Amino acid sequence: MNDTDLMVDARGVRKWFGTHEVLKSISLTIPRGEVLSLLGPSGSGKSTFLRCINHLEAIDGGRIYVDDELIGYKERGDKIYEMKPREIAKQRRKIGMVFQRFNLFPHMTALGNIIDAPMGVNGESKEEATAQALQLLDRVGLADRADAYPAQLSGGQQQRVAIARALAMKPKLMLFDEPTSALDPELVGDVLDVMRDLAKSGMTMIVVTHEIGFSREVADRMVFMDDGIVVEAGAPNDVLDNPQHPRTQAFLESVL
Amino acid sequence: MTTDVERSTDDDVVAIPLRHPWRWVAAAAVIVVLGLLFNSLWTNENIQKQYIWQFVFDPRILKGVWITLIVTIISMVVATILAIILAIMRMSANPVLRGVSFLYIWFFRGTPLLVQIVFWGYLGLLYKQISLGVPLTDFHIFAVDTNTLIPALVGGVIALSLNEAAYAAEIVRAGLLSIDHGQREAAYSLGMGPGYTLRRIILPQSMKVIIPPMGNETISMLKNTSLLAVVAVPELYTASSQISSGNLRQVELLIVASLWYLFITSVLSVPQFYLERYYARGNSRQLPPTPYQQLKQNIARMRGRADNRRVAAKAREEMSA
Ligand SMILES: Nc1ncnc2c1ncn2[C@@H]1O[C@H](COP(=O)(O)OP(=O)(O)O)[C@@H](O)[C@H]1O
Ligand SMILES: [Mg+2]
Repeated sequence: MNDTDLMVDARGVRKWFGTHEVLKSISLTIPRGEVLSLLGPSGSGKSTFLRCINHLEAIDGGRIYVDDELIGYKERGDKIYEMKPREIAKQRRKIGMVFQRFNLFPHMTALGNIIDAPMGVNGESKEEATAQALQLLDRVGLADRADAYPAQLSGGQQQRVAIARALAMKPKLMLFDEPTSALDPELVGDVLDVMRDLAKSGMTMIVVTHEIGFSREVADRMVFMDDGIVVEAGAPNDVLDNPQHPRTQAFLESVL
Repeated sequence: MTTDVERSTDDDVVAIPLRHPWRWVAAAAVIVVLGLLFNSLWTNENIQKQYIWQFVFDPRILKGVWITLIVTIISMVVATILAIILAIMRMSANPVLRGVSFLYIWFFRGTPLLVQIVFWGYLGLLYKQISLGVPLTDFHIFAVDTNTLIPALVGGVIALSLNEAAYAAEIVRAGLLSIDHGQREAAYSLGMGPGYTLRRIILPQSMKVIIPPMGNETISMLKNTSLLAVVAVPELYTASSQISSGNLRQVELLIVASLWYLFITSVLSVPQFYLERYYARGNSRQLPPTPYQQLKQNIARMRGRADNRRVAAKAREEMSA
């Protein structure tokens, strides 16, 4: 497979939960280095789509390629085969994910959270992993909280540690699922600052967020999803100020 | 309004601690009841106290204590390992593993422990020899007498471990189920595999749910070792009943055995405390104090109280002056 300029290439992705079709043939391409903002009402399938990209959910139709690799399956001829858990784990290493509820490991310090996967999964030495982790903590503005447990950190601090933890695996793609929705308003800014810096550094990012101001400023493109389909896509300012589709218009009216 | 008493310049809280008079009343009541009970035993002429003192450190009893302790610890360790495996099997996607685990738990919880112990004790009657070889042929790599391979003590440990594993498996399963699904997802998203996730992320967090009931199980196990009397393992209870069948001082020797069971129970609660403390790290903002820290705190608090009283007394003196 030769390198294309696409980081994510989703083709006709379908997902059912029981009899409920949550993703109805989503096709979306994301060039390397792009920041994509994903917008849509609750239940429209945004989280499910992100979770399909790193195979936390198996898809029922279509294909997802990340960095030119088919996710979750192996293609041989015209047949596709399920991957072993170990191969799936390997694919996930280049896809970082940040959750709405942080999901830090409560029994490990901030530093422990960051160095565990690089050491246990990538086989880095403790010195190497720690040095990198301290750098990352510095980058997210928490150099002095390395030894704090998650319960001793504010929500905003926890989310920044979670971002550092994902970055420690040196991912090529970062998925953010409403990273600021669980935060008190005054803590949102610090997390968005970290994400803004990350975008500037050239990271490819998919960000599900209702922070319209952030999307306008940072996103290269905005996609509006509703009821499992992509309704509208375009430059953030175009989608936000001049929505073409009635469903987009209705949604924006209700949130702005 | 008269002039204020001089205010303390810093704003340290020097409040007189709240008094708890009912604690003292309750404590006094408990002491009285215990005292009466103890006195009735102590003055009972049917209990010859000198036999208690004579046998409490008898070598046969001490050997029994030792065997009881070792059997308890080994059985609990083996049972815990088996229980983790059974719990994981029970939750696995593989229907065969799930079925095996279910049957195991069903069988070992469903039959009396005493029966299981006797079964392992009498295994020699069922299988004269245990051999390793090619099935359905006469070719043996080795063959040993069952009673040589599995003496009563080992049989007892096997019986206790296998039985306990069935109960502990459910405790471990409850612990694993108590962990939020987001933990597993976060681990997977970092590229951790299922086994690594279980070992590093899920199991250590489950421990805070698993350890308290496992402490209970350990104490049950300690007392269940007395059932090994039926296969003549010379543990504490067997030792004491053997002595009493010689000298007919049954009550005194039961008291000796009970004192030792109580003592071992107390000793075993120490590692439980420290294990709980270890696995509580990160869960509460402040870890519970160790007994030593608690003692220091109490002393400091008493001193503080005395200081407060002195300050108050001084203030009153100055006021009246
Ligand atoms: N594990 C699941 N099982 C069943 N239904 C689910 C599951 N996860 C999500 N859904 C359903 O899929 C739909 C899309 O959910 P989600 O992707 O979380 O939407 P969004 O993130 O846009 O709010 C919702 O109707 C939700 O109830
Ligand atoms: Mg969502």
